[in-house]
Amino acid sequence: MGDLVWIFFSAMVVNNFTLMLFLGLCPFLGVSGRVETALRMGAANIFVLVLTAVWVWALNTFILVYAPYLRLISFIIVIASLVQIVEMVIKKVSPVLFRQLGIFLPLITTNCAILGLAIFQTIRGYGFLEGLAFAIGAGAGLTLALVLMASIRESVELADVPAVAQGTALVLIIAGSLSLAFMGFAGLLSSS
Amino acid sequence: MTDGDAHTVTAPPPEPNVAPARLLVVLGAAGALAGLLLVLAYGLTLPTIEANKARALQEAVREVLKAPERYDTLYVVNGALAASPPAAADPRRIEQVYLGYGPNDRRIGFAIVAEDAGFQDVVRLIFGYDPKTRQLLGIKVLESKETPGLGDKIEKDTTFVGQFDGARPPLVGVKKGKRTNPSQVDMITGATISSRAVIRIVNRALERLGPLVEAYP
Amino acid sequence: MRHEISPADLHCGAHGAAAPPRPGHAAPAREDLLRGIWRENPVLVQLLGLCPTLAVTNSVANSLAMGLATFFVLLGSSLLVSTFKRVIPGEVRISSYILIIATFVTVAEMLLQALAPDIHKALGAFVALIVVNCIILGRQEAFASRQPVGRAALDAIGMGGGFMIALLLMGGIREVLGSGTFLGVSLFGPRWEPWVIMILPPGGFFTLAFLLLAIGWWKRPRAA
Repeated sequence: MGDLVWIFFSAMVVNNFTLMLFLGLCPFLGVSGRVETALRMGAANIFVLVLTAVWVWALNTFILVYAPYLRLISFIIVIASLVQIVEMVIKKVSPVLFRQLGIFLPLITTNCAILGLAIFQTIRGYGFLEGLAFAIGAGAGLTLALVLMASIRESVELADVPAVAQGTALVLIIAGSLSLAFMGFAGLLSSS
Repeated sequence: MTDGDAHTVTAPPPEPNVAPARLLVVLGAAGALAGLLLVLAYGLTLPTIEANKARALQEAVREVLKAPERYDTLYVVNGALAASPPAAADPRRIEQVYLGYGPNDRRIGFAIVAEDAGFQDVVRLIFGYDPKTRQLLGIKVLESKETPGLGDKIEKDTTFVGQFDGARPPLVGVKKGKRTNPSQVDMITGATISSRAVIRIVNRALERLGPLVEAYP
Repeated sequence: MRHEISPADLHCGAHGAAAPPRPGHAAPAREDLLRGIWRENPVLVQLLGLCPTLAVTNSVANSLAMGLATFFVLLGSSLLVSTFKRVIPGEVRISSYILIIATFVTVAEMLLQALAPDIHKALGAFVALIVVNCIILGRQEAFASRQPVGRAALDAIGMGGGFMIALLLMGGIREVLGSGTFLGVSLFGPRWEPWVIMILPPGGFFTLAFLLLAIGWWKRPRAA
């Protein structure tokens, strides 16, 4: 799809990375009931996603044409390196931010969402701008899901939950309900 | 020696017993081994993978052109159809149209692949078109992520799919049961948007490629 | 990577009950094998690898394929990591593990695409995503890199088997309720109206929640 707006909103809500495509679940299920943390996590993700999209586009366009079997390995190397570099840069530029955010960054390497973005971008053959729109939309969607989950958990902490359901089972039920709600966005972008 | 921040400026203590050269050698060796394995696996599986793709395409073309004896692949180059791709380009990146022939080299029609946004995500389909009679020969949905049980009827409902045989573009969608002429298409109840997507995909593709197809000698 | 804050330590082992093997404790081979199947089941107990568990279990066939692919990658990686554990220096161990795992995943994907193109299309990006499946990296870091090849192999088989069982459970429930079929065979006849929600994303979340609830209830501390 060449339409950038369509790509952005599709990635953000209609085919939300966490609630519809099941990417980035580990941070999502583990996020505490603190909206501020969720926002920071989301911001870190958007940053890494955008950088990844650019590099993946460059790899796909210039290098991987000759060696498609190296795709996965090169993606994972790029992602791991990007995360390390981002960590180093943040540490140097703003130690305060690093202290707040730093713990999340290594998690991003094994986060399905980043690699998932790289793979979807490749499968769909996105160009440079399309990849960017995709990454920003995906990141916005991830942040949205994280913030929603964090705020719901904030309230749920005060509720009387049966012991059997406490923990991940409850989080999954909340996630399922959110996913159900997000299914309502389907058809939002149809142009007829 | 320290700077103002009370951080030592000396290099971090080297790990005992491990020279950087060894790290590089290990990583290099691992990389080389991995590369070798991958090239091998690639070489072994590539013929089968390409054959699978070709077969899938063949089946799709055969289905929408109603069993042609053979078909040619044409390339969209500079606003016209050409029998072969330009020399320098990668043929897989150029839009392709397929021309099917029946017995005695009689032309059956053209098979065109097109895609656009559906209800949930992109819908990709192939359809057959005969420029002489200006009729569609049939459609087949190749990829879709529409809602199971509703939108996915664009793939699975044989009545819906069947009405494209002999339909006359440009197509217009109508409520189910109201179809009176070959330009109209009964949409699926409860899956209006998916149905409209299919109609729109065919119409737009023909707007773009119809003239090219008719102009092909 | 200069500072090895192992992603595996921070994340892949962070939530869940994976107990590293007690050093010096000579566990019988059977325990290495069975540990992953139930007591430390990677999905149902350790809560790892949830992305593929939820995404590809909308049919039993897809679950089977994903389970086999992950099994292949886990076993291969564990064997290689355990064989070369003395050769791989600590600084680059995570990078080496990821390289090994990525190679196996690429090979698995190529094989799947060649032998079963329909299933490969159905699984989509998730075959490639096996590479960030915490189960695999977690096992290399916690077990295979510290144990002899034999034990590493058994552990891999156990964990891979446990993963497969969890996937098949999910896939079975979702396909039977969501499509009325099992492995494509219609079970209830044409007039059964399936719960389509089960094969859609929310159904994945709810099914796993249900499984965890069932296990939590079964394991509940009983009043004396």
